[in-house]
Amino acid sequence: MQLQAWLLDDSPASRGQAAAGRAYRVSLDLMRNPLALVGMLIILLLILTAALAPWIAPETPVGQDLTRRLVPPSSEHWMGTDQLGRDIFSRVIYGARVTLLIVALVAVISAPLGLLIGAVSGYFGGWTDRILMGVTDVFLSMPKLVLALAFAAALGPGIENAIIAIAITTWPAYARIARAEALTIRNTEFVAATRLLGASHTRIITRQVLPLCTSSMIIRVTLDMAGIILTAAGLGFLGLGAQPPLPEWGAMISSGRSFIFDQWWVATMPGFAIIVVSLGFCFLGDGLRDVLDPKSEGK
Amino acid sequence: MASKTFSGSKRAAGKAYTGMFAKDVKRIAGLDTLGTMAGFIVVVSLTFLGLLALTFFIGRVIPIDPVLSIVGDRATTEQYEAVRIAMGLDRPLVVQFASYVGDVLRFDLGMSVSTNRPVAQDLARVFPATLEMATIGITIGVVLGIPAGVLAAANQGTWVDQVIRVFALLGYSVPAFWLGLVGLAVFYAGLGWVSGPGRVDIFYDGITPVVTGMLTVDSVLAADWTVFRSAVSHIILPATILGVFSLAYIARMTRSFMLDQLHQEYVTTARVKGAPEWRVIWVHAFGAIRVPLITVIGLSYAALLEGSVMIETVFSWPGIGNYLTTALFNADMNAVLGATLVIGAVFILINKISDVLYRILDPRSR
Repeated sequence: MQLQAWLLDDSPASRGQAAAGRAYRVSLDLMRNPLALVGMLIILLLILTAALAPWIAPETPVGQDLTRRLVPPSSEHWMGTDQLGRDIFSRVIYGARVTLLIVALVAVISAPLGLLIGAVSGYFGGWTDRILMGVTDVFLSMPKLVLALAFAAALGPGIENAIIAIAITTWPAYARIARAEALTIRNTEFVAATRLLGASHTRIITRQVLPLCTSSMIIRVTLDMAGIILTAAGLGFLGLGAQPPLPEWGAMISSGRSFIFDQWWVATMPGFAIIVVSLGFCFLGDGLRDVLDPKSEGK
Repeated sequence: MASKTFSGSKRAAGKAYTGMFAKDVKRIAGLDTLGTMAGFIVVVSLTFLGLLALTFFIGRVIPIDPVLSIVGDRATTEQYEAVRIAMGLDRPLVVQFASYVGDVLRFDLGMSVSTNRPVAQDLARVFPATLEMATIGITIGVVLGIPAGVLAAANQGTWVDQVIRVFALLGYSVPAFWLGLVGLAVFYAGLGWVSGPGRVDIFYDGITPVVTGMLTVDSVLAADWTVFRSAVSHIILPATILGVFSLAYIARMTRSFMLDQLHQEYVTTARVKGAPEWRVIWVHAFGAIRVPLITVIGLSYAALLEGSVMIETVFSWPGIGNYLTTALFNADMNAVLGATLVIGAVFILINKISDVLYRILDPRSR
């Protein structure tokens, strides 16, 4: 009770209290949003599955057994087995690790990169802005998947290169958002005041511009996650992403492609995993936007 | 003058949707838009140059040595150097880029290693197939997506709205290649409603004279109804699946635009005046969102080109997407970059055109 009062205090005594209070209010709002709640649960489930994969999965993801090839789903093999006799359910469980790794790395690479480029561009304006945004627009004007395909093809197949290729196609959207925010922030009085105090450009950008961009950034990154998962799966499907025997969902669908008419479960099952996780990110992203950006409520 | 045309087209909204275009095409040719057109050409050329720089860069960062793939690893240093100079790779990067731009402007995209023909010729051959599928796809998306979005907005918060919302989000979460495979398993192998992969049944292949390169159109022109039926039964499934993705996006955007309008005061005024609800929704509110919808439709048409890469691969559809992925497997870099370039160019062009249309049709944005 006392904690709640401290969190909801109208005049927080410290920066820490204000931040904690805001986080508490946002999470309260999120809880009230059914779709966001479902999304959060799905993502929590994904993280738990990835962390506890060895305990959840009944078998190892690479354990071959050719005596039980292409067994249909049963109580023993919930999702059946694939052409090498591997338990598909176990592979889907372990695949959560690969997917989580991909989205986390893409976000960690592209969000800060886009944030920095956009903030610098919007803050300085002039030629810096024109050149940086020119480059950004060229990337933005290309279809993402095709660009990622071309990069992945040039860099060579492999999960690291797929992550790099996806990150290269993802940052421009973040740069655009950060620039738009920076443009408005740079003309505010508190920035002018900080500058008068003798703060350097670096300090203003990192301490004042960047923190204010984060909430719109979080929304955008969450909404983009579904797209990132789909692109990664697409690269895997085409053989440009994760390589066998790594249990990546897109690559698993690809390996079941030749059996789709008779052994439908091989290609179908990993697809459900992709859909559930992507939907989870979509729901959460939508919910976050409703909560953090009140202007767009219910759209 | 502008506002007069605008309200005039609003009045005609329920009856003739095309009326708006006839009037505004005249306006595109008008003097007031000459400036817009010049700016348009400059922006498009600059973006194209950026696109070329990008494909050039991708071509240069390949870890595979292009010289080595020709001379082989047993070549002597002299042979290696000779080929390197013959390929022009010893020149400064700027010079190489300039000659690359020159080549592209002359539609010279190099030779394809796998088909042993100029990439530009290959692309001209496969592009109509993609255009055909994307056009049917966008038609499905527009015809179903707009009413779905309007319906969701008009019933905001009800179960109709929730169902359409979740369905639209599904469009962002389902992998296209997976839906293609499941569609094949269900509608082709299971129910037998449609034909399988490919463009036409094998024994009809290549007998229709090529006019547009789009088989459904060419077979009608040749009055060959057997081929037409076969072609339709092949295209309907991949095109519908493509359409589902644009449907999701169009429905979502339509819903969002309509919600904006339905909360405006003029809508309340119309209701107070006693206008029937269908009229308030379809004439008053919908009339105001037609212009932004054009941009949305343009964007999703361009996005379909991208979506077709995956769908074509699954359905062995002989379009540009299938060409691109086949080239990927064969490490045929000229073909990969050529296809990337063409898809990118079409993408940019459609985006910019819908941008300009928006500016011309919406007086407020001028």
